[in-house]
Amino acid sequence: MDGDEEGVVGPMGDEAMFPNGGGDGQQQRGSKAVMGGEQMDVEAYASLYTGRTKVTRLLFIADRCGNEGMQLEALRLAYDEIKKGEDSQLYREAASKIAGRLGPQYTLDQAWADSIDRRAEQRKDKLENELSGYKTNLIKESIRMGYNDLGDFYYAHGQLGDAFKNYVRTRDYCTTSKHIIQMCLNVILVSIELGQFMHVSNYVSKAEQTPDTLDPVTVAKLRCAAGLAYLEAKKYKLAARKFLETGPELGNNYAEVIAPQDVATYGGLCALSSFDRTELKNKVIDNINFRNFLELVPEVRELIHDFYASRYASCLEYLENLKPNLLLDIHLHDHVETLYTQIRHKAIIQYTHPFISVDLHTMADAFKTGVAGLEKELEALITDNQIQARIDSHNKILYARHADQRNATFQRVLQTGVEFERDARAMLLRANLIKHEYNQRAARKI
Amino acid sequence: SQALASCLLEQLDPSKHSLGYLYLLEAYSSGPILREQASGYLLTVVEFINSCSAEQIRLTPDKFVSVCKSFKDQVMQLQVAIQGVAPLRTAIRKLQTSSEHLTTLHPDFLLLCLLSKCYKAALSILDDDIFEVDQPRDLFLYCYYGGMINIGLKRFHKALECLHNVVTAPMTALNAIAVEAFKKYILVSLIHNGQVPSFPKYTSATAQRNLKNYTQPYIDLANCYVTGKFSELETSIQTNIEKFQADNNLGLVKQVLSSLYKRNIQRLTQTYLTLSLQDIAGAVQLKTPREAEMHVLRMIQDGEIFATINQKDGMVSFHEDPEQYKTCEMIEHIDSSIQRLMGLSKKLSSIDEHISCDPAYLTKISRERQRFDFDDFDSVPHKFLQT
Repeated sequence: MDGDEEGVVGPMGDEAMFPNGGGDGQQQRGSKAVMGGEQMDVEAYASLYTGRTKVTRLLFIADRCGNEGMQLEALRLAYDEIKKGEDSQLYREAASKIAGRLGPQYTLDQAWADSIDRRAEQRKDKLENELSGYKTNLIKESIRMGYNDLGDFYYAHGQLGDAFKNYVRTRDYCTTSKHIIQMCLNVILVSIELGQFMHVSNYVSKAEQTPDTLDPVTVAKLRCAAGLAYLEAKKYKLAARKFLETGPELGNNYAEVIAPQDVATYGGLCALSSFDRTELKNKVIDNINFRNFLELVPEVRELIHDFYASRYASCLEYLENLKPNLLLDIHLHDHVETLYTQIRHKAIIQYTHPFISVDLHTMADAFKTGVAGLEKELEALITDNQIQARIDSHNKILYARHADQRNATFQRVLQTGVEFERDARAMLLRANLIKHEYNQRAARKI
Repeated sequence: SQALASCLLEQLDPSKHSLGYLYLLEAYSSGPILREQASGYLLTVVEFINSCSAEQIRLTPDKFVSVCKSFKDQVMQLQVAIQGVAPLRTAIRKLQTSSEHLTTLHPDFLLLCLLSKCYKAALSILDDDIFEVDQPRDLFLYCYYGGMINIGLKRFHKALECLHNVVTAPMTALNAIAVEAFKKYILVSLIHNGQVPSFPKYTSATAQRNLKNYTQPYIDLANCYVTGKFSELETSIQTNIEKFQADNNLGLVKQVLSSLYKRNIQRLTQTYLTLSLQDIAGAVQLKTPREAEMHVLRMIQDGEIFATINQKDGMVSFHEDPEQYKTCEMIEHIDSSIQRLMGLSKKLSSIDEHISCDPAYLTKISRERQRFDFDDFDSVPHKFLQT
């Protein structure tokens, strides 16, 4: 994680959304950020994680990166990692993706895959027998461990659905809080990988409700999991809060799910896009715990500070540089566009807030964009009622517009009167009709 | 017997002997009226309506109504609807027990106004609030025709009220009037408000479930309108143009189309202080700045927006509504509104009191009462609590 990477300069893949003012000047810092602006060093990135998430992430990068060198690197690392494990399905998948491009070492070793499968069968039978044995003995602890082992086994073999079922089954046999925590963490792990974030939220709450106090590492893990669930549900404000509350004790202890760099990035971006200024200052900038995380991704730290200090061009530039790598992140990739748009809108709104009039040319320079494009963006924001202003298109000036309260009140009052009158009259009419109908029915009964 | 009736009629004085006159006239009308006698008949009826005494005819409203109806039929048959407008208006005024009373003649009157295109003549009747209804069916027709007349007079908010009453009136079975009214309601809603509101809670279940099934082309039109794209709206209209024509709604549909431009331009006034005609044309999807200028000019003349056009620069400056709510007229307007609403409020409370004394209501309430605590007792007299 700490390394001096010399990455290749320049973003790859997608074009920047808006023209950049300058080049990426950050790499000379010898930064520890592997999620930084340079082309991602796949190996360093992968070293942040362990377990299945490492493989999933590498395969995701290979699918999305669009650059063959990087793709092959990612696939190679994935292959090596899979071979250390026991998932033959994943192995076959990786091998087919490599399609022989990495030489004879990295082709499908059928023998290895078959031996894995055979061993898996044997182990499964053994575990199931043991479990039925325990069940007849009705020793709770053994049954719990039996299910747990089965869950672990299925997880290692990539049968996530079965793993999930077995972990959930241990619930009835948990006796201590420690058991419950273990079960919850297992279920959360599998659910994250399955993408079923409803379960993640449920089990996080379950774990947090245990009567014993939890150790800080577990608390941090649960916060991260909750944050991920909110992120997936597009509840960016809540996600930000969860990530920001994660304690520095997390360290590398949750490498099977998330790295501390991710906590910093997710938390920082979500906070920037959804918090107002006060909250941003209190919970992010002045947050000592979170500072530790932000040290790991200096770009995110810089861009948050730039935003707060109204250096919008620089902030947006950092965002652009980060974008290609963020698009390769399995949890963040489909939220990048939304978050970026929200951050940009917030920047524009914050820029116009203190002024009575703003020259659009100056503003366009500050945001490093063209006047016409800026005008369109402002129009959308005004229509959405996020900015109270009017555009003088002839002179290209934005004028703040404060609604005349008195006139507005009169208008509203008259309107309310009209509506009341209309509704009351209609109501009286309907009441009369209903009475008529009722009388008719009564008459008919007689 | 018609000859007998007509000869007796000459001997009676319509104003003093209105009741008798009415009986005879009714007997005369109940038979077929020959073409040659038609104009004479019409004159007789008109004279009767104008001179009869209101208290007398209110004793047998049915016969009066029947005479008026056959009068209306004659007038329509002879295609001289305009002759029937004034007499029927007088007839309504005489038949009504109060200006809030809806008679069976109201829809007929409005029908004649529509046929003869004398919309303004209907105004005095239309502007009366209706709170008392003889026959619900009359109300449906009255509100539907009323809506149409208001559309003709371009009083879209009033038209919306009328049509809204039809659509939300209590009904157990769907009727054709409600369906037609709903179609026009959608169109007028689009013109006036830019959107069609969803059914309010008090709409009958029948209406909510079934109205949409019969009006699909209109619902599609409304959905296209909301997207704000002119070309989409045009295509939607083209696909359903025969249906609109068959329903006689094509004129309204064209008005919906032009209202889309207006709405888009109005939206621009919310965002811009000044805008070039070129940009307006682009934003609203018009072809040339010249067309944009024409539209803006018309809207300024109609008072729909406040703006000035600078032809030299090709710029339009949008202004705020200059109404400052400080003039005497405005104060009078507010004052009269307050008075009216207070009157309405009093009416509401009196009806509420009236219902709380109604025996049927009280029996129902007392049946649902579980216990009788001392706190439960209020000032309702004991005899009303006997079930």
